[in-house]
Amino acid sequence: MLFTPTVVKNLLKKPATRKYPFEVREPFTKYRGELVMDIDTCIFCGICARKCPSQCIVVDKEKGTWQCDPYACIYCGWCVDSCPTHSLSMKHEHRKPVTEKAEWIEQGTPPKPKKKKAPAENKDDAGSKAAADKKADADEKAEAGKPAEAESKADAGKKADAGKKDEK
Amino acid sequence: MATTVIPFGPQHPVLPEPIHLTLKVEDEIVKEAVPALGYVHRGLEKLADIRDYHQMITVCERVCGICSMIHGTVYSQCVEELMGIEVTDRAKMLRVIWSELHRMHSHLLWLGLFADAFGFEALFMQFWKVRERIMDINEATAGSRVIVSVNIIGGVRADLSPEQIRWILSELDTAEQEIKALQDTIMNDYSVKSRTKGIGVMTYDQALELGAAGPTLRGSGVAQDMRMLGYGGYESLDFEPVTEPDGDCWSRSTVRFREVLQSIDLVRQAASKLPEGELAVKVKGNPPEGEVYQRVEQPRGECVYYVRGNGTKHLDRLRIRTPTFANIPPLLHMVPGCELADVPVIVLSIDPCISCTER
Amino acid sequence: MKGIIKDVTFDTVVGEVMHMKNDGQRLVTLSTYQAGEGKMGILYHFDKELETTHLRLVADMDKPIPSVSGVYFSAMLVENEIRDQWDVEFDGLVLDFNRTLLLDPEVTQVPLASNVKIAPKN
Ligand code: SF4
Ligand code: SF4
Repeated sequence: MLFTPTVVKNLLKKPATRKYPFEVREPFTKYRGELVMDIDTCIFCGICARKCPSQCIVVDKEKGTWQCDPYACIYCGWCVDSCPTHSLSMKHEHRKPVTEKAEWIEQGTPPKPKKKKAPAENKDDAGSKAAADKKADADEKAEAGKPAEAESKADAGKKADAGKKDEK
Repeated sequence: MATTVIPFGPQHPVLPEPIHLTLKVEDEIVKEAVPALGYVHRGLEKLADIRDYHQMITVCERVCGICSMIHGTVYSQCVEELMGIEVTDRAKMLRVIWSELHRMHSHLLWLGLFADAFGFEALFMQFWKVRERIMDINEATAGSRVIVSVNIIGGVRADLSPEQIRWILSELDTAEQEIKALQDTIMNDYSVKSRTKGIGVMTYDQALELGAAGPTLRGSGVAQDMRMLGYGGYESLDFEPVTEPDGDCWSRSTVRFREVLQSIDLVRQAASKLPEGELAVKVKGNPPEGEVYQRVEQPRGECVYYVRGNGTKHLDRLRIRTPTFANIPPLLHMVPGCELADVPVIVLSIDPCISCTER
Repeated sequence: MKGIIKDVTFDTVVGEVMHMKNDGQRLVTLSTYQAGEGKMGILYHFDKELETTHLRLVADMDKPIPSVSGVYFSAMLVENEIRDQWDVEFDGLVLDFNRTLLLDPEVTQVPLASNVKIAPKN
């Protein structure tokens, strides 16, 4: 009986819920959402990789790649806080759900390119990256996925090495 | 009378998390309960071996999915004590504000689940509706609903501007009205009382002997609240521990309900006393050799951290004793003698948080 | 560490804990740490009116440790946890889960002793 006033009030009021997904609330401006990387300003110092508590960032200074496993990322924002060149930032919206896991590798220009291997690889990758860029200009996430496929082979060797080290 | 064995859990409609009780039942009356844990054991204490002492904050925040802020705070306090760091007053007060917001949303979540345990679903929805305001405050000020992640060793990462504080206080005023409108229902409603009064009784002495913690302890009339230790900013706030004398499910739920109102008051006090100052102090070096033992009050009770440093960036030992761990022996004491239909209510009345029990 | 710290030995631990109980102390919990090769430190934390007392026992891990669960029933859970984490025996544990409180029966490694030291990734 004591609950009746609340029941009557609720009957006369609009619903407290929103008709998600047709009606979406404005995101809060401080919300730690999807991680965004601006590879052009990155200097490959590796601070983000060392700070990251879930250790999901791998920075390769020689190849000039910056790689992150978006599904291991816990959106703590420590990398954003610690990046000296402010290459990393966060959107105010969370990452959209996906049906398949994608790798996220960014290819940039390393600060001092090694003469032997790096330039050849870089050209290829830069080319595919540019193409992918045009296609997926609007959609940043696609950009994350596509060059990844092109590169995953080149990277596989290195990753296997890293894996072995871990086991030791 | 023949004894029947009835398994309770790990999957049970009232349990948000898995715990198993083997109930020995004689004709509707429970005679004995044996617990089985280990369904969500994650070995987080061991992670201190491979994550450095800064990164462990994010691990500690994930010990519990509800009171993450307070886990982060107590861990930071431990490492700060070990390294001899003095945190600024502003950082302490900000920690208090977010901690109390966490206590509020945790208790509101529990009150809702408790109402659901005895089948009062409208009340459940009503409490969660109020809770959404607190979650919005967390999200707007700290960047996430539950894992606010504002603690760092040496202070906090986020700040509250005067406008934000005004907004928080106005939201809390509305929330307070909405909560007070439910006071009569949760305390005096006939059907609520008939499901909670005199059920799962634990006396004052038993509570102390069985090592109960938090609202379970205060529901038996023991005026013990770790915030009275005056850690991190609480020394300058004015409050009395909430107690109820009866030691039954009704007392425990009333303690939690009154603590929500108390937390609103504490946020107001902290906001009015918020001093100016730096958010964080710079931290250099690694934790030295030594050991620290700290206790804080979490929504579910007293949480104990024992930290041992060894001069490297990895801690030698991190030991976490969460409040539900302490409340399981009292639960085993409360269940025998009750009716089978009351077991869900009694289990929920200790506010079981199994993930943090097992870490 | 704040509070009074008393050292106890294998023979006196149960008596001291009994003494604490008669004094009206509440057993908060037990903490463990590695205290050198083959030894572990156990801290028994007590509380009375927010005052903390610790008893420190340095125990050999290959001998059964006297259980205090007969004195305080609430020590049962944490002693079982220590069994899981360190693979030590307790003498007189009132409810022994035999290392399956948190772990699965087929786990033979000991998580907290250093036989599974995991190396940092970077
Ligand atoms: S993103 Fe920032 S922190 Fe990370 S490697 Fe690049 S410059 Fe360094
Ligand atoms: S947000 Fe946190 S978890 Fe994610 S990449 Fe950055 S540091 Fe790592």
